[in-house]
Amino acid sequence: MTTIDLLGTFLKILIVVGISQGVVAYLILVERKIAAWAQDRIGPNRAGLELLDRPGFRRLAPLLRPLIGLGLLHPIADGVKMFVKEDVVPGYVNRPLYLLAPVLAITMATIAFAVVPFGPVGATGANFLGFGDVQFQIAPGIDIGILYVFAIGSLAVYGVILAGYSSNNKYSFLGAMRSSAQLISYELPLGLSILGIILICRSLDLNAIIHWQDRHVWGILVQPLGFLLFLISAFAETNRLPFDLPESEQELVGGFHTEYSALKFGMFFLGEYLHVITASFLITILFLGGWDIPFLTDQAQTGWFWALVKVFALLLKVGLLIILIMWVRWTLPRFRYDQLMDLAWKRMIPLALLNLVATATIVQLVRG
Amino acid sequence: MILSRYLFIGILLLFAVGFAIAPLILVRLVAPARRGSFKQQTYECGVVTTGETWVRFRIQYYLFALLFIVFDIETVFLYPWAASYLNLGWFALIEMVVFLALLAVGLAYAWARGALRWL
Repeated sequence: MTTIDLLGTFLKILIVVGISQGVVAYLILVERKIAAWAQDRIGPNRAGLELLDRPGFRRLAPLLRPLIGLGLLHPIADGVKMFVKEDVVPGYVNRPLYLLAPVLAITMATIAFAVVPFGPVGATGANFLGFGDVQFQIAPGIDIGILYVFAIGSLAVYGVILAGYSSNNKYSFLGAMRSSAQLISYELPLGLSILGIILICRSLDLNAIIHWQDRHVWGILVQPLGFLLFLISAFAETNRLPFDLPESEQELVGGFHTEYSALKFGMFFLGEYLHVITASFLITILFLGGWDIPFLTDQAQTGWFWALVKVFALLLKVGLLIILIMWVRWTLPRFRYDQLMDLAWKRMIPLALLNLVATATIVQLVRG
Repeated sequence: MILSRYLFIGILLLFAVGFAIAPLILVRLVAPARRGSFKQQTYECGVVTTGETWVRFRIQYYLFALLFIVFDIETVFLYPWAASYLNLGWFALIEMVVFLALLAVGLAYAWARGALRWL
């Protein structure tokens, strides 16, 4: 590894982490706007309104008013609020674990992204100031990408469990217990459902899987059942409705993060949205062709133009998936606990095993 | 050479920990801290909390947890098999079907004995 590689990595990390944290702030706004749209409300449109009365801002009013109306200043106000509100630590918590939990949650959410490609990798031809091809991935060349993402994804649950346990609050504790039950149920279909696509693409490397889909067809066409199982499990793994039982505001007052306030609460929130982003990237890469646009792109195309087209195609797919995830929240009600466990153990795991055996047989027949 | 690829992840890990801890230090300097006995109480919907939280707790899903360990290890075995499957031929398929069938029988047995019943 040369100094240039190191500097490039620093730069990429700063850009990716910076952008993803900014994106999360605005995703919360998107989520609130979608919620408003689903419920026939207007949604956030106030933050910054009082600025218009300040003498210095009066001249900017025609410029600011449409931004305020769209709620575009809300994420900034939320961010500032996280920092300037009092950070209450209740008196009865287990302090070391209580402080460790949000740090763990956000660290795991961040490093899971290391092997996820956000554009073409390899001979991209997108030369950066003569230092070589830019790799659109933080840690390129790791050939067990999927295993790494799953390993880190399972560690993320420790943040939730430690938070629930250390809070010394019965609701939080229940939330943590539910979270671990959910993890042990949905980890299995999540892992089993992608074995079919691994088998077809012959690799655990996310780039190799994109390349296969680029040369042949998208994963969703050869693994429709696998896609469905993976999508459902991803909802459960990211604690999104209809599987948000660890939080369930109405019965557990927020579940594991009831006792967290101000910035520490914000860190859990950020971690959760980062998981949603990572999950959307994974679904796109495994089943929706990654950066591939059918009949238009292929791996041989190089240069900045094609690199940026591919990055844009990938981000567009990811964005649409995130909107789907938010949409589902307002479409499906929450599961009851036994239903959630039944769905995983009695439906999804047998289906995933069947899907694997069927795929293996068909692949062998087609080849032979 | 292979290890140096993982160094990128190490760098990201350092950054990630920094990104997580730096705001916590910053917020100590910025945010007000006015302590009060009511603020420090456990929040259980405004009702005074009764009894301990850290009690012995019957986790109803411990049978699921046992099954999870079996199936999780099985999944780990399946990954290298799947990645090299196309090089192995029919023998790999038959062998894996036998392996999966044993586990499926195990799941069916647990199901029949009521291990998958939510109490």
